[in-house]
Amino acid sequence: MTQKLVIIGAGMASGRMLEELFELAPDTYDVTLFGAEPRGNYNRIMLSPVLAGEKCYDDIVTHDAKWYRGHNVNCRFGEAVVKIDRARKQVFSANGVTSYDKLVIATGSASFFIPVAGNDLPGVVGFRDLDDVTAMLTAAQTPAGKAVVIGGGLLGLEAAAALNERGMQVTVLHLMGHLMDRQLDPAAGYLLQQELQSRGIQVVCKAHTKAILGTDQVEAVLMEDGTVHGADLVVMAAGIRPEVRLANDAGLHVERGIVVDDTLLTSDPDVFALGECVEHDRTVYGLVAPLFDMAKVLAQTLMGRPAGFIAPAVSTKLKVTGVDLFSVGDFAEGPEREEIVFRDPGRGIYKRIILRDNQIIGTVMYGDTADSSWLFSKLKSGEDISDIRDTLIFGPAFPVGAPTDPLATIAALPDDAEICGCNGVCKGAIVTAIGKGATDLAALKATTKASASCGSCTGLVEKVLASTLGDTFVIPTAQPICGCTDMTHEDLRRMIKSQRLKTMPAVMQECGWKTSCGCHSCRPALNFYLLAEWPLDYADDAQSRFVNERNHANIQKDGTYSVLPRMWGGMTTPDELRAIADAADKYDVPAVKVTGGQRIDLLGVKKEDLPHMWADLNEAGMVSGHAYSKGLRTVKTCVGTDFCRFGTQDSTGLGIKLEKLLWGSWTPHKVKLAVSGCPRNCAEATCKDLGIICVESGFEISVGGAAGMELKQTEALAKVATEQEAIELTAAFIQLYREHARYLDRAYKWVAKVGLDWVKERVVEDLAERAALCDRFELSQSVYRKDPWAEQATPAFQRDKWSALADLTLEAAE
Amino acid sequence: MRTWIDIADLSDIPKRGARVVKTALGCVAIFRTDDDRVYAIDDTCPHKQGPLSEGIVHGASVTCPLHNWVFDLETGMAQGEDVGQVATFDIQVLNGRIMLDASRLAARSAA
Ligand code: SRM
Ligand SMILES: Cc1cc2nc3c(=O)[nH]c(=O)nc-3n(C[C@H](O)[C@H](O)[C@H](O)COP(=O)(O)OP(=O)(O)OC[C@H]3O[C@@H](n4cnc5c(N)ncnc54)[C@H](O)[C@@H]3O)c2cc1C
Ligand code: SF4
Ligand code: FES
Repeated sequence: MTQKLVIIGAGMASGRMLEELFELAPDTYDVTLFGAEPRGNYNRIMLSPVLAGEKCYDDIVTHDAKWYRGHNVNCRFGEAVVKIDRARKQVFSANGVTSYDKLVIATGSASFFIPVAGNDLPGVVGFRDLDDVTAMLTAAQTPAGKAVVIGGGLLGLEAAAALNERGMQVTVLHLMGHLMDRQLDPAAGYLLQQELQSRGIQVVCKAHTKAILGTDQVEAVLMEDGTVHGADLVVMAAGIRPEVRLANDAGLHVERGIVVDDTLLTSDPDVFALGECVEHDRTVYGLVAPLFDMAKVLAQTLMGRPAGFIAPAVSTKLKVTGVDLFSVGDFAEGPEREEIVFRDPGRGIYKRIILRDNQIIGTVMYGDTADSSWLFSKLKSGEDISDIRDTLIFGPAFPVGAPTDPLATIAALPDDAEICGCNGVCKGAIVTAIGKGATDLAALKATTKASASCGSCTGLVEKVLASTLGDTFVIPTAQPICGCTDMTHEDLRRMIKSQRLKTMPAVMQECGWKTSCGCHSCRPALNFYLLAEWPLDYADDAQSRFVNERNHANIQKDGTYSVLPRMWGGMTTPDELRAIADAADKYDVPAVKVTGGQRIDLLGVKKEDLPHMWADLNEAGMVSGHAYSKGLRTVKTCVGTDFCRFGTQDSTGLGIKLEKLLWGSWTPHKVKLAVSGCPRNCAEATCKDLGIICVESGFEISVGGAAGMELKQTEALAKVATEQEAIELTAAFIQLYREHARYLDRAYKWVAKVGLDWVKERVVEDLAERAALCDRFELSQSVYRKDPWAEQATPAFQRDKWSALADLTLEAAE
Repeated sequence: MRTWIDIADLSDIPKRGARVVKTALGCVAIFRTDDDRVYAIDDTCPHKQGPLSEGIVHGASVTCPLHNWVFDLETGMAQGEDVGQVATFDIQVLNGRIMLDASRLAARSAA
């Protein structure tokens, strides 16, 4: 006698299960199928393209009533099961009672509606079934309609992109720090956000929704911080919850989902479950691949054959036209994990492979996912990839086998393979240039521009050189910062930026530091790179600074300090001079000296006197001269038009403006400026990091001078007509130096490395870039343009920092 | 015999930092490492008397601020090429309080 099989839920999992079952044995069971939706089974995944208008409902139907009837399934569409009576083996629905021998629960999941006031207003919809799509499409007809999507995961973003396509003004509110945080790392999440924003979708991360507002229709969404986003439609895409209500009421074992064993049996020997409503081995699934595996297993189980469900690795792609994204496996940071990262900022490509014990355990790809299936298969097979580790990130196009010789992989690159992303230089161009005699890096830079910009492709260019020239070229080994790491300064800056590393422990972890907390060489460098890259997020670490910068004074050979207040542009007043003289008297200062930087130095001050002395000087309106800092030192000026018979412009005034703009900023090495009022150059502007010579027709700006260990004259950067432009160029130049130079390279060394032309392109020619540099400088200055002593001289600091911890002079003497 | 003196709270010294204790014979530098170990050594560098308490602390070492000699906080020995050693003192943390053994200090002053 045929057994009665009742299935609750006519969705994707049960559809596939029936296919498998009928294939094995068409007549074993007498099947009754309940579905709450008034229709057969369709490819739910494709609701996004339907919403976007790329497909229509008919395209996505997989099993309609006709198909089920053809297989003698008794279809009860539009009829929800409301209760299971396990003792009597019956299910209850609107139209009565149905008995079963075996029961399958395949109720899927339901959209999770975040528990805030107003979440039940008309116009608030989930994104789960065709009815939701219909509701959204109706709302999309409102002219200039506004949609707010709550949740920046897979579903939310597909809804957002589709509604945007339909002409709505879309805002995505995402609770976490970056989009698709469960599938993407922050770097890829960032690229995705850029893409969506470029389409006009507004994205707000770390968004805490407080309430949904409206009277009889949704009108807006209110955030915890008080922001209000107007809305004609709110899509709840903050997650899904397994639909377990029936199973719960029936007393089955339910955790997050209905608990099943490997054969998909629930805690009742006659009740099975599959799909998104189940929990297997503490995991619930939200993508179809594993559900289809379940379908196979359950069909076998129902036929009494041995079969077991094994949790598979699940990969994610986002179905938004034009967005190429792939993620699989585990990509969290962790010990014993290594990663390979490839970035092409120019083309918006980011790939990251996470390895453990030479096996791929996770992959995130953005912008180019061509190799995703190849990597995914390696992840699934758990293959040892040590042999192809060096080329893994470039995909299977590289010969597999034993080519651990990186040069072989370079040799295998086609001529049109792009080597330098910034300047769009292909391998062919480099090989041609080498053929014409550019046989070292500098010559290649000069002739092709390869590696002349951000420099991140330097290694690649060198490999092209080596593979083209053969033995005659020896790749210079890059100098690591110090013994704590194998990374060069340049590697490190790139890592901090690309991986969005914002703390020192994160950098040390991600960059494989070999020591617990670095050393006196790498820590100050790291501290600078972090604060230059993330001025708002990174907290300056005093313990990673050299004593002078920690104590805001220059240490002397006997452990005393010097006190050197700023004299803006070299100008002072009788009051300032009196305050300095008073301080010198009050604190018994052994020496007072006029420095080479046009100001006055008080030398030989005891550490514990520093905060008191500065409190006095602050009182008189004076601030730190940063004579100790890798930062702005002085802006020397001459008297200019104010007094000098040759002066052409207000050189003193411009110097003061520049010093007020730049003071407090941290730079890779110290920065000195000077402004002279005419070409007689009394302020010695042509041996400074940046010097300005005023002439009748404007301002001649030159950079890269020095007068210390090396004597170097500045080189012309630009001539501008107005003071305002001179100021902008200066800020842009300093910011470019801050962003690119290696720590402890004076500006002249850095300019020699990147080339003055490269600097000119960004600071002088590209007006947008100039403005952006100025903006970034100003952003940083909003944090750092302040007198360190304003805080350091306060009582709290005086107690905690400047004095001895204890005085045992008496005790010890006893 | 040891004489433990309660010096200060552990939190009075920043991680990877140091403060000094004045004694009749000059300053003793009390270091706190990143993982909250505490060491006490003579504050004066044997090279040219640099104040070691102002150096950058890394692992269980400090780099002298004047000319970058590196000292092991545990042994007081100069590391690498440089030759020299500073005195070390017994110190411990009890219930968050830093306790310094003053007997050595007294002994030193007596000597
Ligand atoms: C105080 C002053 C000498 C003076 O009495 O005039 C001075 C004093 C020191 N200079 Fe200087 N320099 C002073 C003007 C200069 C100048 C002239 C100038 O700025 O116009 C130069 C040449 C211009 C240049 O920088 O290119 C100068 C080139 C140097 C250099 C070599 C830099 C280089 O890249 O080649 C160093 C070493 C370093 O910074 O690494 C240095 C380092 C030092 C240090 C900070 C050495 C140190 O680390 O302890 C000295 C601190 C002494 C102390 O105990 O306070 N000092 N130093 C001047 C302070 C100017 C100010 O008001 O801030
Ligand atoms: C918009 C969207 C995009 C998606 N994109 C992807 C993707 O790109 N890739 C991917 O792998 N997955 C994707 N998914 C997920 C995928 O669709 C689901 O994993 C899959 O549909 C789950 O199958 P299921 O059979 O468990 O549940 P469902 O397909 O949801 O079927 C469950 C059915 O049971 C019915 N039901 C519930 N309770 C009762 C009851 N008491 N009585 C009767 N019937 C009931 C429901 O109405 C529903 O029709 C997407 C989902 C959505 C909504
Ligand atoms: S350089 Fe020119 S402006 Fe400056 S002081 Fe000399 S003469 Fe005057
Ligand atoms: S004084 Fe310490 S290293 Fe010179």
